Amino acid sequence: MAGAKNHDYHILPPSIWPFFGSMAALVMASGGIMWMHSVAHGGLVFFFGLIGILYTFYSWWSDVIREANAGDHTPVVSLHLRYGMILFIASEVMFFVGWFWAWFDFSLFPSTVDAVGGVWPPKGIEVIDPFHLPLLNTLILLCSGTTVTWAHHSLLQGDREGLKTGLWCTIALGALFSTIQAYEYMHAPFAFKGLNYGAAFFMATGFHGFHVLVGTIFLAVCLFRTYKGDFTPKQHFGFEAAAWYWHFVDVVWLFLFISIYVWGGWGATIHAG
Amino acid sequence: MTDSTANALHFQAHEAPGHAHDADHKPAFFQRWFMSTNHKDIGTLYLIFAILAGVIGGAISGLMRAELAAPGIQYLEAWSGQEGDAALQFWNVLITAHGLIMVFFMVMPAMIGGFGNWFIPIMIGAPDMAFPRMNNVSFWLIVPAFILLLGSAFVGGAGTGWTVYPPLSTIGSSGAAVDMAILSLHLAGASSILGAINFITTIFNMRAPGMTLHKMPLFVWSVLVTAFLLLLALPVLAAAITMLLTDRNFGTAFFDASGGGNPILYQHLFWFFGHPEVYIMILPGFGIVSQIIATFSRKPVFGYLGMAYAMVAIGVVGFIVWAHHMFTTGLDVNTKMYFTAATMVIAVPTGIKIFSWIATMWGGSLSFKTPMLWAIGFIFMFTVGGVTGVVLANGGIDNYMHDTYYVVAHFHYVLSLGAVFGLFAGFYYWFPKMSGKMYNEVLGQLHFWVFFVGVNLLFFPMHFLGLDGMPRRIPDYPDAFAWYNHLATMGYGIMALGMLFFFVNLVVSLIGGKPAGDNPWGEGATTLEWTLSSPPPYHQFETLPKID
Repeated sequence: MAGAKNHDYHILPPSIWPFFGSMAALVMASGGIMWMHSVAHGGLVFFFGLIGILYTFYSWWSDVIREANAGDHTPVVSLHLRYGMILFIASEVMFFVGWFWAWFDFSLFPSTVDAVGGVWPPKGIEVIDPFHLPLLNTLILLCSGTTVTWAHHSLLQGDREGLKTGLWCTIALGALFSTIQAYEYMHAPFAFKGLNYGAAFFMATGFHGFHVLVGTIFLAVCLFRTYKGDFTPKQHFGFEAAAWYWHFVDVVWLFLFISIYVWGGWGATIHAG
Repeated sequence: MTDSTANALHFQAHEAPGHAHDADHKPAFFQRWFMSTNHKDIGTLYLIFAILAGVIGGAISGLMRAELAAPGIQYLEAWSGQEGDAALQFWNVLITAHGLIMVFFMVMPAMIGGFGNWFIPIMIGAPDMAFPRMNNVSFWLIVPAFILLLGSAFVGGAGTGWTVYPPLSTIGSSGAAVDMAILSLHLAGASSILGAINFITTIFNMRAPGMTLHKMPLFVWSVLVTAFLLLLALPVLAAAITMLLTDRNFGTAFFDASGGGNPILYQHLFWFFGHPEVYIMILPGFGIVSQIIATFSRKPVFGYLGMAYAMVAIGVVGFIVWAHHMFTTGLDVNTKMYFTAATMVIAVPTGIKIFSWIATMWGGSLSFKTPMLWAIGFIFMFTVGGVTGVVLANGGIDNYMHDTYYVVAHFHYVLSLGAVFGLFAGFYYWFPKMSGKMYNEVLGQLHFWVFFVGVNLLFFPMHFLGLDGMPRRIPDYPDAFAWYNHLATMGYGIMALGMLFFFVNLVVSLIGGKPAGDNPWGEGATTLEWTLSSPPPYHQFETLPKID
């Protein structure tokens, strides 16, 4: 018995990345606090820690890819990865529940202080026209959901060119979404500070935007790996995880669009321009 | 088969040349303890961490009991080196640190990180966790989290209470301390979410052939339910404390009433996390106690399925009762009625558990070894805490009890005498398995009895203080409350003496304990860990066990 591993689970050699990444998180958190309190070099410390974390991600996941290519990802280990990704997305959903909760608290029970006036959106607030850029962005994300499926089906059928094209399209649509969102932020008729409307709007859509960026990077890594020759029609969980994540980001946007842009701005003056 | 053979060959290729791989081959010191991918080593790290944090958190409560021993302010000015309100702020820092440390850095790491890591894979017949490397990041993230929390004491300290309510935590606390506490919670939360993903995946996917869900030991069930609570509750806390962070530093108005924000929103978000959190702390204790009661009654646990699904029910209903922590915030009557009724419902599955433990002991061949004493103590004391919980669940009654020492008594009965008794029960139960050595039975029983007397003397009078109206979180009180407070402080001293037996026992047993053998508990101990050597091989179950 001793010495022979008679099961399909993945027993890993020691790794420095968990320890290294956690220490980088400490540096980043400390730097962030210093930065927020205007301590000298706070920003520098923050970025130093951030680089440590990004380096950890890169190295750790490089190890995972190496292990996958070496055949460590047996069917059961691959199932673990699927469970892990689904559960991670479930926790992300609950994170957004918190931001939606704030939005619905403010909008269903509008405050009677002068700044809000007992109505929602707060009196005097001009809102972004939901059927202008936000609708376009909705269509862009929905469209990107179909292109990522295009990529997936191409991969399943061994069509590498289709995979690349589908991924390129998805990444381009994701980047376009982020660009439009940035434009919308820059021309928003309300502020981030001082009023709950702006706080809930920008933090909810902002965290979504952050997830779009992460998802775009995730897909870009998949594209890079495709050019490198990774992924087979049978084993390509890295791609699937990226696609799942992308669909999650897409669905969150639909809820944001309906509840924040359309329903949450109903009846207010629409910002011209 | 070819698949697994190829994999086994590949696995050996990972090993450094010259080191024959065998089940007990351990990496060198730094690799073993800082780069670990071994669930037992990570479990040990968690337990050591939890003991250290428990000593710090317990010492802080010692400072608090010393200050509360008599009316008036005795020590706060000397300890803080400041006068007046600044000295009183130090009190706020003490209660905040005590709460956060005991919840996030003692109970959770010990229960889930410590015993969960050690025994979940073994009890389901698995060689390790599903994600052994991620397991280690779960541990190492709580270290910076703890450093940030302790560090906040050096920049004025976070004096918000463990609940971090605004506006005290926003406009009421300038300086960096509260930001450090917030980011500490972010890191600890990330650690727990990753751990939860790991446990759920492990339990669903790595059960040995034949180990169906309905054959899993109850401790595994308890950690499964706990992991779901962690996974779904902690992200909401993350959102809430991120709102605090932006309100504090970036000018948002989530909780600033003048900008339309709502401080009560924070309380909703916090308790949507906070109430499942209390079950996160107690459910693994339920699991541990179930194993121990069955072992030392030499009977299978009574009503196994009922016990398992009672925990599921507690977990599910635990998500829809949060506002019973907020009865005095001005909720309307209908809302209070709902949250009162829903809270009462939890007494049903809890009752199922209590009575099933008693039924397990009924007619059993009982042996009162140290773990059994702690487990029975758990049942007694948790029942007391549960009953006061049912009292507090009433929105009308809570108008009078809220923020009094009655609440403090209640949650210390379920935590200090519930969760902590569960921890000690598990520690004595599994110490022989983890270390390979027997603990000293005399010292163990002395620890139990002295601790039992101490904590009851410490916390029982708090019920009376609360009924008489003594508010919690205040360092001074009228002379009328002096006697019970004096008793409570003496109780703390007795409890501390009991802890001395624990530490002596720990050292004595680790150095000179008798070899434990595979199964020191006899035929009542039926779970898989007792089929392995003590301590188990570095990689157990290289051939998976088959369960009938």
